[in-house]
Amino acid sequence: MASPTEQFEIRHFSDPLFFIGGSPVTVTNSALFMIATVGVIVVFMLAVTSSRSVIPGRWQNAGELLYEFVADTVRQSAGKDGLVFFPLVFSLFAFILVANLLGMLPYSFTVTSSIIVTATLSLLVILTVIVYGVAKHGVKFLNIFVPSGVPAWLLPLIVAIEVVSFLSRPVSLSVRLFANILAGHIALKIFAGFVAALLASGTVAAVLSPLPLLFTIAIVALEFLVAVLQAYVFAVLTSLYLHDALHPGH
Amino acid sequence: MAKAIENGVDLAEEVGFPPFDTDTFASQIFWLVLTFAFLYWFVSKIALPRLASVIEERKQRVETDLADAARLKAQADEAFAAYEASLAAAKNNARVIAEETRASLASESEVQRKSLEQDLATRIANAEKTIDDTKTKALSHVGEIASEATSSIVERLLGSAPTQVQVDKAVKSALDR
Repeated sequence: MASPTEQFEIRHFSDPLFFIGGSPVTVTNSALFMIATVGVIVVFMLAVTSSRSVIPGRWQNAGELLYEFVADTVRQSAGKDGLVFFPLVFSLFAFILVANLLGMLPYSFTVTSSIIVTATLSLLVILTVIVYGVAKHGVKFLNIFVPSGVPAWLLPLIVAIEVVSFLSRPVSLSVRLFANILAGHIALKIFAGFVAALLASGTVAAVLSPLPLLFTIAIVALEFLVAVLQAYVFAVLTSLYLHDALHPGH
Repeated sequence: MAKAIENGVDLAEEVGFPPFDTDTFASQIFWLVLTFAFLYWFVSKIALPRLASVIEERKQRVETDLADAARLKAQADEAFAAYEASLAAAKNNARVIAEETRASLASESEVQRKSLEQDLATRIANAEKTIDDTKTKALSHVGEIASEATSSIVERLLGSAPTQVQVDKAVKSALDR
């Protein structure tokens, strides 16, 4: 029986192309699934915008629904002027959603089950917030650490809390996605492993095998939900953080 | 290639938990940056503008259609108001004409009636006058007839005719009585 974490292994399909800081860059299963993820999004978006008719067909309607859904998320969380970040939030949402869903295919690899991938995406968000906030508001951007209407004697404490909360954002953002996907896939693997183990035991315990099978099916359904939900959560939190970059005062 | 796979497996075994295998980080970051940068370019330059143009076009179409509908409705309202006004004017006109006609007809018939009455009155007067004349004439002949009759009667009775003067005198005295 393979280890439950075997599915997260990075497999190298080529010799190192080059090195970054002593680490090899190779064509890996992760890289292929990233390319596949982007490929699926590109094909889908091209398909839904191929006819571009005023009265949309089914595919175009799906594309427009996705567009409006993400646009509404950005509008509600980041405000109307947050739409400058619409392409970024849309890309993040689409990438994570498709990567998660591709990861649900048997024998596939889940790009977002790697902490470094979710951390890189989170850092991208936080750096965007900081760079845009400072470029737009300069020193005033530091107002995000100073909530208005707080008594002066409380300010040092509040500012400290705000700084810690700001610094923990990329951590929570990346760990939330990574841990959800990782835990779900491990649970799936373990319960599916029980089915095989019970059947292979050759004892009366084999009659119990439908039980973990039912669990496995339930977890598959749950994982599809998690795959979509986590992509949405990532997009909403990104929009909320970008709101700070647009309006540093609370 | 075989060496690379061996290397990967070795590294995984060393670390134990693949997601925390730092040796693969550089590769993953590299590919993520590459693919995500392409995705961002595609989404911002091709996919979203395309969808936005369709949605915008539809919005504009709906807006122009609504504006057209409002304009046409205003026109229809205007036409209806004009129709109402002309209808009211026509009704008023018809009433005036009817009243005028009735008045002129009434006065005309009044005139006719008066002339007719006058005519009739004249005729009646003429007729009465004729009757009176005839009556007078007839009455004036009564004495004459009576004289003749008296003369004849006396002649028959007495065998000789009285003189005209005597008869007239007698008749006159009889008539006067």
